Amino acid sequence: MSVDAQSQSVLAPGPWSKRFAAAVVILYAGLAVLPLLWIFLTGFKTPPDSIAYPPKFVFEPSLEGYVNLFTTRSRQSDDYLAGLPPPTNWVDRLVRSRNMVIAGPSKFGQRFVNSVIIGFGSTALAVVLGTLAAYGFSRFRVPLADDLLFFILSTRMMPPIAVAIPIYLMYRSLGLTDSHLGMILLYTAVNVSLAVWLLKGFIDEIPREYEEAAMIDGYTRFQAFWRVVLPQAATGIAATAIFCLIFAWNEYAFAVLLTSGEAQTTPPFIPFIIGEGGQDWPAVAAGTTLFLVPIVVFTVLLRRHLLRGITFGAVRK
Amino acid sequence: MRARATVQVLGVLGAFGLAAAWAGPAAAQDRSLTLCWAAWDPANALVELSKDFTTKTGVGMKFEFVPWTSYADRFLNELNSKGKLCDLIIGDSQWIGGSAENGHYVKLNDFFAKEGIKMDDFMAATVLGYSEWPKHSPNYWALPAMGDAIGWTYRKDWFSRPEIQAEFKKQYGRDLAPPKTWDELKQVAEFFQGREIDGKKVYGAYIYTERGSEGITMGVTNALYTFGFQYQDPKKPYHMEGFVNSPDAVKGLEFYKSLYKCCTAPGLTNAYMQEGLDAFKSGQVAMQMNFFAFFPGLYKDPNVGGDKIGFFVNPSEKVAATQLGGQGISVVAYSDHRDDALQYIKWFAQPDVQKKWWSLGGYSCHKAVLNDPEFPKSTPFAADFLTSMGMVVDFWAEPSYASLLLSMQKRMHDYVIADQGTAKQALDLLIKDWTKVFKDDGKL
Amino acid sequence: MTETSSLPFLSVGTAAEAPSQFAGRLRGLSDRAMAWLFIAPTILLLLAINVFPLLWTIELSFTNYRANRPNAPLRWVGFDNYASILSDSDVWYAMQATAHFVVWTITLQVLLGFGLALLINRRFRGHGFWTTVILLPMMLSPAVVGNFWTFLFQPQTGLFNTAIAFVTGSDPSSFQMIGDVGLAPWSIILVDTWMWTPYVMLICLAGLRSIPDDIYEAAEIDRASAWRRFWSITLPMVLPFLMLAVLFRGIENFKMFDMVNLLTSGGPGSTTEVASITLKREAFEKWRTGYSSAFAIILFVTVFGLANIYVKALNKVKQR
Repeated sequence: MSVDAQSQSVLAPGPWSKRFAAAVVILYAGLAVLPLLWIFLTGFKTPPDSIAYPPKFVFEPSLEGYVNLFTTRSRQSDDYLAGLPPPTNWVDRLVRSRNMVIAGPSKFGQRFVNSVIIGFGSTALAVVLGTLAAYGFSRFRVPLADDLLFFILSTRMMPPIAVAIPIYLMYRSLGLTDSHLGMILLYTAVNVSLAVWLLKGFIDEIPREYEEAAMIDGYTRFQAFWRVVLPQAATGIAATAIFCLIFAWNEYAFAVLLTSGEAQTTPPFIPFIIGEGGQDWPAVAAGTTLFLVPIVVFTVLLRRHLLRGITFGAVRK
Repeated sequence: MRARATVQVLGVLGAFGLAAAWAGPAAAQDRSLTLCWAAWDPANALVELSKDFTTKTGVGMKFEFVPWTSYADRFLNELNSKGKLCDLIIGDSQWIGGSAENGHYVKLNDFFAKEGIKMDDFMAATVLGYSEWPKHSPNYWALPAMGDAIGWTYRKDWFSRPEIQAEFKKQYGRDLAPPKTWDELKQVAEFFQGREIDGKKVYGAYIYTERGSEGITMGVTNALYTFGFQYQDPKKPYHMEGFVNSPDAVKGLEFYKSLYKCCTAPGLTNAYMQEGLDAFKSGQVAMQMNFFAFFPGLYKDPNVGGDKIGFFVNPSEKVAATQLGGQGISVVAYSDHRDDALQYIKWFAQPDVQKKWWSLGGYSCHKAVLNDPEFPKSTPFAADFLTSMGMVVDFWAEPSYASLLLSMQKRMHDYVIADQGTAKQALDLLIKDWTKVFKDDGKL
Repeated sequence: MTETSSLPFLSVGTAAEAPSQFAGRLRGLSDRAMAWLFIAPTILLLLAINVFPLLWTIELSFTNYRANRPNAPLRWVGFDNYASILSDSDVWYAMQATAHFVVWTITLQVLLGFGLALLINRRFRGHGFWTTVILLPMMLSPAVVGNFWTFLFQPQTGLFNTAIAFVTGSDPSSFQMIGDVGLAPWSIILVDTWMWTPYVMLICLAGLRSIPDDIYEAAEIDRASAWRRFWSITLPMVLPFLMLAVLFRGIENFKMFDMVNLLTSGGPGSTTEVASITLKREAFEKWRTGYSSAFAIILFVTVFGLANIYVKALNKVKQR
């Protein structure tokens, strides 16, 4: 997003106009990020501090939320605790100070791994299928192309709960319930419609002379696609990947209805982290923060393509 | 630049893919069972208790605990999809009808006979509530595992302050004490509502209002039962006119709403067990409605436990009654480890194990524990627990219980929280909904 | 499929209408076969995971099937399910709640998103960083968002009420965002707007960046006022993008389930019970599979119909 020569034309906004814009945008960004900041901070509170009344703005930071996120603990009597060997590390000490001992790891790690496998797996698959199909629609005369394209988009219009009814019955009889493969296929199917629409716009914009020249030089159609078209479409692919990943990473309804122990992802896990009695808000906040990190990293790495990516070439033509 | 971008895209995707492969799942134990239950204090006690089972048999135990608000959703879905996640399930009392009729649970009669496990050894109310389907017939689908009912906690430390006692006496002409009737409870709640204690504004009572699963139903019924509500004509099953919407029932529902309006903490519009615990532990309320299951944990709480907490039985009006909680433990029919699962039940039914279960914070239903003369004195809430278990009433346990519950949730929340219509209208609509369900089921 | 390969270059520039006319000479594979090679995997996947289930849903919608009672006799009930849904006042109420939610979220998001995009497009120093910051909420999981906003909306301990009370000087527990019948529909709108305004902003920004500068330069020479430039250049050029944003947000919010379910569970009473929550309760709590299939089809036809009309309008705008 560098400032290029063109934008410094006669139309370049004046300094006051820029300052005003900056003030408003920063104000909005500040307000919008406030809830997130609060969640981030809550991750470093103790459970009593997190539900303090009135809310605490100044507090002594603690890693209890993160410890609670990754472990399950059980409360023990003072006698039992006194009989234990002294704690060996800070995690033990922290847990003991609450009259508890660590009973084992929580399911967060496993759910996070599931999210990575299913999120990135389905994103990769959707992007590959979407690129191929978009190229097909862009470069060949496909009978009923417009209808097919609208059909592809329409598959995104079903509410997930509506889709889940027959998928549930289908997966139950195929044994795909609660499996990684089942979830990857499902998320791919949901995302591929978006991928085709986004990428078709991009590929439409790549002049076909490039491939023709390559094919005259002896490339096959597929080589031309691979060596010429694909690099040109990289920006679009990156943007598409971000959108697909945001969906697959964060999806909740299918995950909660179609998976349970084996293949459940993180979104159905985080809202239901229970401490002793009430909801363990610091652990929820810690989970929310950690779960946001990969997607932010991914987006920041690919952000240069994001804006170009959603220009939806189709609109521009 | 574009070529570089492709490399970047593929690189990023690849890097995360690798991370996934590297962090593959850990190896599982040879012989193990998975037990499914709700995520709450007693579940942690069960984890502790089950270590003995593993030591004795070498069978590892894994646990799948789900919060109450998604517990029914999640496990009924699991059972309906014939999932193999759970070998053993501690399922809610109302599921027994559906799970028996649809073959989700293994019938335990033969097993009980073979192993000499007698249902007479368990408290009658729990056998009826957690094990039998059809009700009042000797067909057992579960072993009573966790006795539970709704009771109340209060801030003993606040109640015992001389200045508060004096002021209460001045206002109401009687001593401030744990309430025995709903009117008394409302007076106490009104008294504390908005009062400043230790520099903080506090509120009267915490009651159930949750919309999504079963919360408000579990709360409202505590008032309804005691005012004289009945689910059906005792002589004519499934006939509800004049019982569900009797003048007494209407009064009970109106009372619950008036309690909600006058004396609860703000924001208490979608709250169930956990929110109650949060409110009580953070010192917001003087009294809390909740399940006995939480009382051991609350008693141990560093801030409000010990001397600061007291307990009382659900107040009475015309009749003494309270809502049944609690669950039995069942073997899931789709499990691949049926024999090990049955061994677990056999082990769990032993009196010694049951005694340890109570000492760890689980509520045993075994008479060897409950009939022990020391039992009422073992904890400050044990006697109240026995009293409560003697007066429990449960919601429908029909196979269609979920439809019946959803209607009740909607009608009660519409009336109590969203201020729509009158109590009579809400109960009339409830009869209409329920009649439709029973007609669809061919019971009417 | 024509083989008029004599004029290959004429097709350039109108990519969509003009297929490639040179593919046929490739290694014996016909054009059509090549096309299918590229498109077939996607179509097959969609047939398996979308079309087949859709057809199955249609079939189920005419029966009394219940997925939790495999042993119950299956009965063909004709249009009974449809009739009882369309005559159910609760369903109509849910549709109204959904419409209220969709209309207001889109209005607010378009106004805010477009406004922010206009400001960011002035390219002040650091606009890239602030854009990324603004994007953060849309990267969260809607379920997680719904969950932690219950925490923020807590009247006594939550940040939202405390902040509002701080600004207005009122008592933080004097209002309840998700517990009050009047405020609850607005609290779900507020959270959705917080989360998705960045999305609309991003699309608008893309639209703004796609306007060639020379158009503005020409206007400058004509001494058109800033106001006039906005109405005659900026808005018409961005409109197709804006309409796309509305289409996508509209479809998404019509389907809204996870955020609202975790924030209010449809309460208080049924005030925020949007269509998907009703559907979830029928399908996966009451297990009335046949009935809920019919409901699903009704919802699908509604979105499909509205989207179809909308896409036609969008194409008209594009052709201008």
